[in-house]
Amino acid sequence: MLPDRFKGFFGESSGNNPGRRSSAQEEKETQLERQSRGLEQFFFNIRGVEGLSILDLGGAVQENIEFIANLGHRITTQAFLQTLDQAFGQGSITQTDPAQIEAFLAQQLSFPDQTFDGVLLWDTLQYMSPALLAATVEQLHRITRPGCYMLGFFNSDDKGLSSPNMKFRIAKTNTLHLSQRGQRNQAQPFNNRNLERLFVKFDSVKFFLTREHLREVIIRR
Amino acid sequence: MDVKDVKKENILPVSSMPFKTATPESDAKGSGQASIGKAVKINGQIFSKEDLYIDGDVEGTVELHENRLTIGPNGRVQASVRAREVVVLGAIQGNVEASDRIDIRKEAKLVGDIKTARIVIEDGAYFKGSIDIVRQEAQKAGATAAPAHPAAAAPKPVAAGAAVGSSPAVPVEVKR
Repeated sequence: MLPDRFKGFFGESSGNNPGRRSSAQEEKETQLERQSRGLEQFFFNIRGVEGLSILDLGGAVQENIEFIANLGHRITTQAFLQTLDQAFGQGSITQTDPAQIEAFLAQQLSFPDQTFDGVLLWDTLQYMSPALLAATVEQLHRITRPGCYMLGFFNSDDKGLSSPNMKFRIAKTNTLHLSQRGQRNQAQPFNNRNLERLFVKFDSVKFFLTREHLREVIIRR
Repeated sequence: MDVKDVKKENILPVSSMPFKTATPESDAKGSGQASIGKAVKINGQIFSKEDLYIDGDVEGTVELHENRLTIGPNGRVQASVRAREVVVLGAIQGNVEASDRIDIRKEAKLVGDIKTARIVIEDGAYFKGSIDIVRQEAQKAGATAAPAHPAAAAPKPVAAGAAVGSSPAVPVEVKR
């Protein structure tokens, strides 16, 4: 019998991928390169060890898969935002129904306890309602091993709750290529205090503030 | 002027047919590889000793150890797949093992775990699952060799907050 994650897979026609954007939107992508201290710290923390299990919530990106695989690790990818849009629609207003939240998490994070040694969250968490976010972080705590590191990005501009929707491609251990695909509404503002509270069950939270209103966060399980 | 001469004069030096870009479907028809059409549904096990093109529905297992499997744009495969090379334009739901490479094209969907030596995923492809890259040296060493990535190995915890080279960034850290 196929696992839960396969359910509903053929529900729509092939080529009509969940959450996929139109080609017109894809054409609007703008590329930029930036240094990332958070990424550097993430790879520093997992250096010298092969065969780790890394979870990437940013979906399947060729560069990231190659980079992680070349370090000798196993990578698991989840198209988290695509599935989020498919499950709740765009926007966080509908992300409050406990049954829907449970179904979404069962589909996305139904891994055995303590499966992963590293998680690339990218900016996925900032688009979730408080209820969904808390449940997601709880699941992340469950599926990560003690000593696991997670890398997350949070927009630190408190003035607006709309932030650029990015695709992150790893170029080097400290460099990312970013492709912007329009704007997306954040579900809530994030500051250091919020984030500390959010990851209270984790061992430590480290922040790197950047000039582009982006807070890079390394969380240690 | 006899008939032969007339025919020669009418022969055009170039084809009036438009150029056709090679597609997996045209390859399938041209090269004589086995093909499952889009109106075909198969439930069971498929073993093939030649390349296979699937554009229909297949449920079960597909094994082509030394050959190439192509899932066409209409193909829907709900099976575990083993082949030398796998090209996905349609949808696969199941684990895929490709000893050489797997190529997931732009409109393709794959949900399952992949084990392969090389992987190409085009932007826009939907993939959900884990990827194990098996190094080719490990493959050549024989089937009895140890797995290339002992994924279950416990991570080696490293002290949080350790300095990274000459990084000028001063992180803010909350330790509990």
